Amino acid sequence: MRWTIVAATLLLVVLASGVSSAAPDDALTPAQSARYHELAAQFRCVVCQNRSIAASDAPLAADLREIVARQIREGRTDRQIKAYLVARYGDWVLYDPPFKFGTLLLWLGPFILLLIGLGLIVSLTRRRARSDRDSAADETSLDRDRLAALLAEPDDTPRDTHNSRARR
Amino acid sequence: MRWRVIIPGIVLIALVGVLGYGLTRDPHTLPSVLVGHPAPPFDLPTLDNPQHTIGVDAMKGRVALVNVWASWCVACRSEVSVIAELSQRTGVPVLGLDYKDDRDEAHRWLRRFGDPYARIAFDAKGQTGIDWGISGVPETFVLDRHGIIRDKVVGPVTDETMNDRLIPLIEKLRAEGG
Repeated sequence: MRWTIVAATLLLVVLASGVSSAAPDDALTPAQSARYHELAAQFRCVVCQNRSIAASDAPLAADLREIVARQIREGRTDRQIKAYLVARYGDWVLYDPPFKFGTLLLWLGPFILLLIGLGLIVSLTRRRARSDRDSAADETSLDRDRLAALLAEPDDTPRDTHNSRARR
Repeated sequence: MRWRVIIPGIVLIALVGVLGYGLTRDPHTLPSVLVGHPAPPFDLPTLDNPQHTIGVDAMKGRVALVNVWASWCVACRSEVSVIAELSQRTGVPVLGLDYKDDRDEAHRWLRRFGDPYARIAFDAKGQTGIDWGISGVPETFVLDRHGIIRDKVVGPVTDETMNDRLIPLIEKLRAEGG
């Protein structure tokens, strides 16, 4: 048990040192470095898909980080760097894809589904309320009929035990 | 009352249809944005000689394939014979892009598994690979005679891909430009 902890710690140290020694933003000014980190978090890693290139350990993500850092060094703007990657990997590579015709469904889809769901709930509850009211009305009229029938009965019907005991 | 059965039934069938269609798609295959665009130019040393360089324009003027491979890529081993057959059957030259590889390893690999390539560019740092928008190895691009990327196969080219997709496309491209 202790061994596994030691081994895991060692592994973490090795991994951490490996990552930090290869940081592509070493040669950048602090302002450039800030831009670099902000940009790297906005691009999706193309092989691991659910991580940004900043968070991914994949070799391709490291290459992409390298490219982002190099282009910042070369004085390209954020917009130019984004355009470069989008031209190669599509809007897909952006965690915040632009709102345009091709991404209409992506952006509006959840809201459309939400509206459909709300509409369904409203119509279902309305229908249920109506049918409840109807059946409730049915029940009261039924009770009234039974009551009338009972009252109309002749008085000599045998009482049940509960009633006779209560009278005693 | 009958609608209470029919509507959930329709919704269920639609859902199964959509999800089933989703299963037939590979989420790792990204849309190929470069298809229809000019092949990104490069100037890389060749695998054979670090002093010599080669660019994609070496293929200009004819229909050609660009095949991204590496000696460390396991899927490339099975693919290389298909690439060789494709090149042989259609007469289309293949430009190899050796991606993030070691020269000696690459030469050993070619001797062992075969060498279908007309020329091989050596992309040691993988920057050209990114310039071409690759997400893995192997990937294969079909270029028309104007150097425009007309199709891109992500992952190994199989006999099926070759016969049903690449050969018809190559024939069409050949017929296109006079």
